[in-house]
Parts: sequence; C-alpha cells; structure tokens
Amino acid sequence: MSGYQIVVCGSIVPDPLQTLEPVTGPSGPVLKNELMLPAVLDPWAGHALYEAANLAAKTPGSKVWLVSLGPKAKVQQVMMAVGQKVPFELVALDGPAGGFVDAHETAAALADAVKAIPGIDRTKLLVFGGWESASRGAGATLQILGERLEIHDQFQGVDQIAPQADGSLEILERVEGGQHQISVVAGPPALLGWATGNLPEPRNNPQVGMANMRGIMPALQKSKPAKVGTGDLQYLAVTLPKAQRETRVVKNMPTDEIAREIVEWISKD
Amino acid sequence: MAVPASVAAETLRTLPGDDVRQVMWRFSDRYDLQMLVQSVRSAARSTVARLVADGARNSHEWTPQKNELLKCFDECGATGVFMEPHQGGFIEGPKNFAMALATFELAWVDAGAATCGLASHLALSPIHERGTQEQVDKYMSLAAPAKPGEDRVPLRGAFALTEPIPYVGVDTGMLGGKVRVAEWEPGKEPILAVEKRGRFITNMGFANFVAAAVDSADERIKGSCMIILEDSDPGTFDRGTPTKKLVHQLSSTSDPIFSLRVPASRIIGGYAVKNGVIVPKYSHDEVIAAVFKHTRVPVGVMTSAKLLSAVEPVIRYQRGRFRGAEQAKPGSMRYELGLQVRQDVLHRLVDVWATGEAGSSLGFATARLFDELDPLEKEKTAILAQKGIAGGKSEFKLFREVNQRAVELVKLRAKPEAERDEKRVAELEADPLVRYAVLDSASGVLCPATKLWCTGNGATVMREAVSLMGGYGITEDCPGFLGNKWMDAQLEATYEGPEAVQRRQLSVCMTNEVFLAQYETWIKELRQVASVKPDTGACELASAMTLWLYTYKHLVVATDANGEKLFQGPRQGVTFPLSDALSWLMAARSFVLDVLELERKGPENAVVAEGLPGLAHFYEDLAHVQCARAAGEVGRICAELVYGYNKHPAWEGEGRKACYAAQELEELEDVIPGIGSYAVDVIGKDGSHPTKAGPCASCVSVQDFAALRTKLDGCLTGSRLAKDRAAEALAKVMIPEALDYPA
Repeated sequence: MSGYQIVVCGSIVPDPLQTLEPVTGPSGPVLKNELMLPAVLDPWAGHALYEAANLAAKTPGSKVWLVSLGPKAKVQQVMMAVGQKVPFELVALDGPAGGFVDAHETAAALADAVKAIPGIDRTKLLVFGGWESASRGAGATLQILGERLEIHDQFQGVDQIAPQADGSLEILERVEGGQHQISVVAGPPALLGWATGNLPEPRNNPQVGMANMRGIMPALQKSKPAKVGTGDLQYLAVTLPKAQRETRVVKNMPTDEIAREIVEWISKD
Repeated sequence: MAVPASVAAETLRTLPGDDVRQVMWRFSDRYDLQMLVQSVRSAARSTVARLVADGARNSHEWTPQKNELLKCFDECGATGVFMEPHQGGFIEGPKNFAMALATFELAWVDAGAATCGLASHLALSPIHERGTQEQVDKYMSLAAPAKPGEDRVPLRGAFALTEPIPYVGVDTGMLGGKVRVAEWEPGKEPILAVEKRGRFITNMGFANFVAAAVDSADERIKGSCMIILEDSDPGTFDRGTPTKKLVHQLSSTSDPIFSLRVPASRIIGGYAVKNGVIVPKYSHDEVIAAVFKHTRVPVGVMTSAKLLSAVEPVIRYQRGRFRGAEQAKPGSMRYELGLQVRQDVLHRLVDVWATGEAGSSLGFATARLFDELDPLEKEKTAILAQKGIAGGKSEFKLFREVNQRAVELVKLRAKPEAERDEKRVAELEADPLVRYAVLDSASGVLCPATKLWCTGNGATVMREAVSLMGGYGITEDCPGFLGNKWMDAQLEATYEGPEAVQRRQLSVCMTNEVFLAQYETWIKELRQVASVKPDTGACELASAMTLWLYTYKHLVVATDANGEKLFQGPRQGVTFPLSDALSWLMAARSFVLDVLELERKGPENAVVAEGLPGLAHFYEDLAHVQCARAAGEVGRICAELVYGYNKHPAWEGEGRKACYAAQELEELEDVIPGIGSYAVDVIGKDGSHPTKAGPCASCVSVQDFAALRTKLDGCLTGSRLAKDRAAEALAKVMIPEALDYPA
C-alpha cells in the first residue's frame, strides 16, 4: 500500500457550553446569535480527523484533507486550534454550518469539493466523517455523500480501523449492547462515519500549526460560496432536547459513591 | 429592572469573542498569535485550572503536581514563544506582544502559573538582550522544548537580582553578590568565584541555570555584571527555602545560595581584558534596564486579564442568586435577573469591565510598541557603534540633536495632509535614530504606566469584583477563582519593580520633550475623534489631558508657600501623583483607540460585523465610563497639586488685610448698592470673622487652571447616562451555560 488519501468531512458547531436558543430566522430556524457564539470543530468530526491523522501517520505516503463547509470567518477561528493538532490540508467551502440545512444540498457541495481535490485517486480514497453531529444531525449527509462519490462500502458508528497485511481494512462498527461488529473491506474506496474512536484529542503543537497554516490560510482565502440552504425543508417546530441541570460541587467523593448516586438518580425516572 | 430602559438601540448580544479581541488588539492578520492564544488558553483552562481546583496552591513547595505545568507550557508553545524558529521557537521577530497574549491567557485562570511561564523568559532575557551570540545560541536553544524525536528536557532558568541586603530591598544599584578571580593562568580563560544569595527568586525550585547580578570584589574585575550560573558548576547551588507566599503559589519562589566557580565566558555580553583587568561589556544595571522594559508589560496585562475573566462568573452569579428560593418563581424578574434587578451591582460590574478593558488596551498597545521598537533599538546600537559612541554623555549629546528632529517629525505628522511638508517627513522618517527617539520616548512612559496602573488600580478593582460575588467570592469554590486573583494582584503590583519604581520612572520619562510633543498631538487627535464619535468620552479625556499638561507645566515653574521648587526628583509628593494621573490618562486613551479600531475594522470580519452595532454602542459606553473615571481622578490629583502647596490665608496679617471690614462695606453700600451680599470674608467691627479656617483662597495666579477644571467637570456630561446604558446591556447579554474551566 503506497498510502491512503483520507478526506475528512467535518464542520463547526457552537461551543456546547454556550446557551443554544432556537429562533426563527428569515430562511428558517437558526440559533440565537449563532454567528457570534464561539465555535468548535464538531466533536464527531474531530474524532474522524484524529483517527485519520493517526492512520496516515502509521501508513507512509498517506495524506489527510479536511473538507469543511461553514462560515469562512468562523472556520478560520476554529482552525487556529484544530490546525495545531494534526497535519492536514484544508478544503474550505463558505456556507452555513447550522444544523438546519438540507442534507442533500450539503452532501452535494461536499461531493463536488472532494472530486475537485487535485490528484485524488479513488483507489486510495477513504472518506471519513462524523456518525453523528453536535448540532442537529440529519443522519443522512454522509451516506448521501458516499452515494454521490459512488462509494458503496460504507460503515457507520466506527470506533476502529486496522489495515491488514493484504491491503484490506478491518473495521469495528458499534452495534447494540455495547458490542462491535467486525467487518473487513477489501480496501479503498470506503466511507466511514466515526463514533468516538479510541484516540484522545491530540495536544496542541504550535509547530504543526505553523506548518498547517501555510495551506489553511490560502484555502480559506480562496474558499467559494457553497449553494447550501434549507432546500425544500419545512420545520414545524424546533426545540432543544430537555436538559436538567442539578449541579452540586462535591470534593473528595469516592468514585464508587459517585457511581452509586448516579445510578440512584437515573433510576428515579 | 432598576436601570432605565432608555435606549431602544441595539446593544451587546454576547460576550466578546476571539474575533472581536483580534480586531481590537490588532492581531487579526497574525495567525501565529491566534494559534498561540488558542493553545495557551487550552492549557490554562485544563491543566492549570485543574491544579488550582485540586488545591495545588495550598503548598509553598514545588511539588511534582506543580511540575506538570512545565511540561504543559512546553507542549502548548508558552515556553517556545520566546525563541526564534531556528532556536526551537515558532514565532519570528519581536515577541513582546506574543508574550503579553500568552500571559493574558494563563492569568485568566491563574496568575501564578503565568508568572511561572514568564520567569523562564525573564531568566533568558539578559542573555537575549545583551548576551554574546554564543550565549544566545546555547541557552535559547537548550531552553526550547525538545523537537519531535529529540530526547531532551529543556533547561529552566531563574533571574537572581534581588538580595537580602539590606533586608528585602530591591535597590537595583546595591549588590551584595560578589565575583572574584579564582584562577587565571596565563593564556587561559579566567575562572571566577561567585558568591550570591538571592531573595524571592522565581523558578528556583527547578532552575538549571541562573542569570545572577554580581559586583566585583576583586581589583582584577571592573564594576558589576550579570553572570550565568549552572546547577552543574563546581561549588554550592543551594535552591534555598521556599518562600511562604500567600499568593502565586503556582510559581516556585525561594531564597537560593550560590557559591560557584564559573568560567569568565559566562559573563553576560562577554568581557575584554584591559591592563590585566576583566572589563565586562555590560554592567548589571545596563543589562537589567534592557530587560525590565520588556518584561514588565506582561505583568500589567496579567491583572487586567483577571478583571475581564471576572465578568462572566459575576454575571452568572448575579442572575442565579435567587434561584431555588421559594419567592423566586421561574419567569419572575427575581428568578431571571437575580441581583441584576439592582442597579448598583450592574454599575460596579461596568467599572470592573471598563478597568479590565482599559488595562488590556494599554498593555497590549505597549507590547506592540515594543515590537516596533526592538528592531530600531538594534539599529540604533549599530549606528552608535559605527560612530564610536559607547553610551554615556556622548550618546546623550547625540540624542539632544536627534530629539529636536524627533519633535519636528511628531509635529509635522500631526498637521493636516494639505499643510504637511511630506518631503521633510520622509527625510526625518528615513532616519532610524529619529524614529527610535519617537517610539522610545513613548515606551518610557507607557511601560511603567502599564505596570503601575494595571496592577495597582487593578488590585483595587479586583477587590470590587470579589465583593460582587458576596461571601462566595472569598471562598476556594468561587467560580473563576476570584478570591485568589484578588490576592495575587498585590504581588503583581510589587514584583518586577514595585509601584514606587514605576512612578519614579514615569516622573522622569514624562518630562521627555519628544513624549510631551506626542502628548500634545494625542490631545488634538482625541478632539478629532470626539467630533465624529462623541459618545466615546474622547472629548472629556482630551480635556483631562489638557488639564494634566497645564498642571505639569505649572508645577515645573511653580514654588510652594516656602519658595521651594515643586517639580523636582526628591519631591515625590508632586511627581508621583502626577505620574498616577498620567497613567489613568494613558489607559483610557488606549481603550478609546481600541474601540475606534473595532468600529473601523469590525465590518471587514463577517462574525464581528454580525453584532457590531450593538457591540460598538456598548464599547463606546464602556470607554465613556472609563474616560469619566480617569477625568475625575486627574481633576482631583491636579487640583490637589496646584492648590495644595499654597498657604491658606489666615485671619491675621496679610489674610486679614485682604478682607472687607464691616464698616467699609457699609460705606461702600452707598456707592455700590448690594456689594455687601457679594462679600464673603468680612471682619466685624469687633474683629470677629466668619467661622472657617481663614479667608477663602483667591488663587488668582491659577485662574486658567480653575477654568480648565470647570470645563473638565462640565465635560462629564452624559457619562452617567453611558454607564446606565452599559449596565442595562449587562443585564441582557447572553452568557454561556457554564464556565469553561473547573472551579
């Protein structure tokens, strides 16, 4: 194997610590002050990116691209942190990143961007993305993207990928009951929607950042507007999942005791 | 809602994010700095915050737990920020602004951690500023974090200047540390014996090398110098007893003892041998002068960062204060706004925020100025060397002439374009010495102003922030560690030159003619700003600056009631308050300029542009509040200085003669009816007089001052309305659900 071409599709979401309040904008639902809220790389896409970088590091000749569809200025901010974590080349598409856009339009824009990457070779291509999203996950974008790229070997809820000696790839997908389904695919092209994977978030490395930025900044400058919107979708109602915060500050509590209390609390419902 | 719902205009929607800061603090186009901020922030809000939350501050010793900080700094780039790329760093060019930003991020969580990071840079600074090329290459490279694949622990440094002689003083002119010649074989490098005891030396718990200030105790060594000591040198390298600090416990401080033999090549900057005497290239005070003017700025920024970090936890506390109480039902004002139904808590928080903004603006502006100045200083040094000028009187003489041209340049630049002699401007700007003189004169004021005002006044205002959290503020569990931050601020006001040292430097540098020429143009610029942005408070700030300038000029020529000259070095009762007043002005001015930058450049950034009208309104109001506060301080200080040294008239002698006599008034009443009602001080027929200290002081000689002061008071018009609006915004602004670091 002379290396993989790993294209990770992932965008930004508002920092989960922020107050997320759905409101109705001119073209459908949006989050209140969304553009002004600090953003982070969608955590699911983040897992995909770090797994991609790990695979690339272990397979000489590999390269990672991050295709990101989002407001250019916000993506740039997020890249200042993400760009320091692992080596990759950014392909930026300027467009909305809210959770309310149409999955078909998003997938179409992403597919066009992947196809337009110079030197892309289907025989080496692995498309990664998040199985879920920290914003409204349509649950369909990645599958449609795969179809548009004519990649039919698709895996969702992936936690592990292991290249085999014969060039095939062993893939662990989440199934019910905390179990994994093991599949083997002959090789690229394949599409993987990542769950959490097994890797911690890489630490920031300014040296990696400085190297990445030579590509990231020009990519952001030349990013073109993507025609992505809500399409024909109509939202009847938008609400946040019900959340209840019952925070107590307790120090020096044994872990068994914490676990017991959590179980007791869950059992109440 | 207690604040008047006066303004329907857009206001602040969310707390300002990175995009806003990058515009205000001018690093939108510096992705290296933006990355540094993200990286250091991540370290601060994870490793550092966890250490604080886990109680690592509760010991004086440097523990393995605290030692995690060093690895964390190496990984996030905080260590490498001081180095050039070829030395293992990642930022090219001057690093003052970068260091200020990194310090800001660390201090947002814990200033002790920030100090720990800064102290390593402080140890390297003497080498960086005045070291030989060999010294620079060796220590900068070895102190850089290991590169991938490199098996090396970076060198850590400490800076040992202060000593327990006398007591715990920081008189940089008096050194107890001694250096002697231990061995000097013909044709070989001399070996020196160094004896040094340090006091309150940061990083000593783990330092591998120390830049120490020592004086000669040997006729074969001339004067003083700074010298590098290593922990592997033969002799005693005793790290000493940890200092029992009440604050900054995430930095290691102790009183070390050194008795070491080191080669003479360790003298920072090198040496020459003249007539059998070792002559260090730089004395210790020449080295530290170059060092401190850079390193004091981040310390100022530290306290300002803490003030800004207090805003979010205080708002959250205020809003949630009554939740859970039976009387506060969801949906009610008490439930939704909590304490924010009361105007006072909002007004006080506005003061905290405005002070934090002004301090940050001043600190970052000064750091950026040093980034501009550094290369010019190198150029100046080279030019002077070429001319054979080695400092002292000859340099002073040269700069007397250069300063004249610098003043000319400042005045020419201030002229409207149509009236400006561009050819002459270009000619003057082409001279690096002239450009140096302009920037250096400003830095001479802005650097001590940053250290003095941001930390001293910052400590006072930080106490206000703590008080806004009620009893919670003074507990270990206070979100944002505000109690720690308040106490820490006292050390920030003290180390790297306490307040008196900063006031002393200010009182000297503010008399520089090139600075004063710039100051006058700044007043004009602020008036121009005020004409297009009247809500920024720029006009009252200009009036306050005018009053300060008048006061300075008056004090320079005035004498007190005993005929003693007022403005003179030893008379710190005059020069120091004037320095304080100037610092208030410089901070407010920097803030106004940053608000203007936001309004000018904000529309270019899609994210900033989204909420810019409301953000700009809020920031104008905040700046207005700060300008009014500065104007109030300046008015008070200047009035005390101008009037306070005159003798108050008494009811006897000359004072009595100046009063009307009751009988005299009765007679005059026939000629000027009603005159009696205007006369304040009247001596009765029996010699009685009004019940007060004496006849009112006429102050005829300073009527111009009185006019300026009255005008300044009038300029405060509208400032409280601005405060009301800013307070109203604080009750409406959207904040995150939770703080992004543990408490």
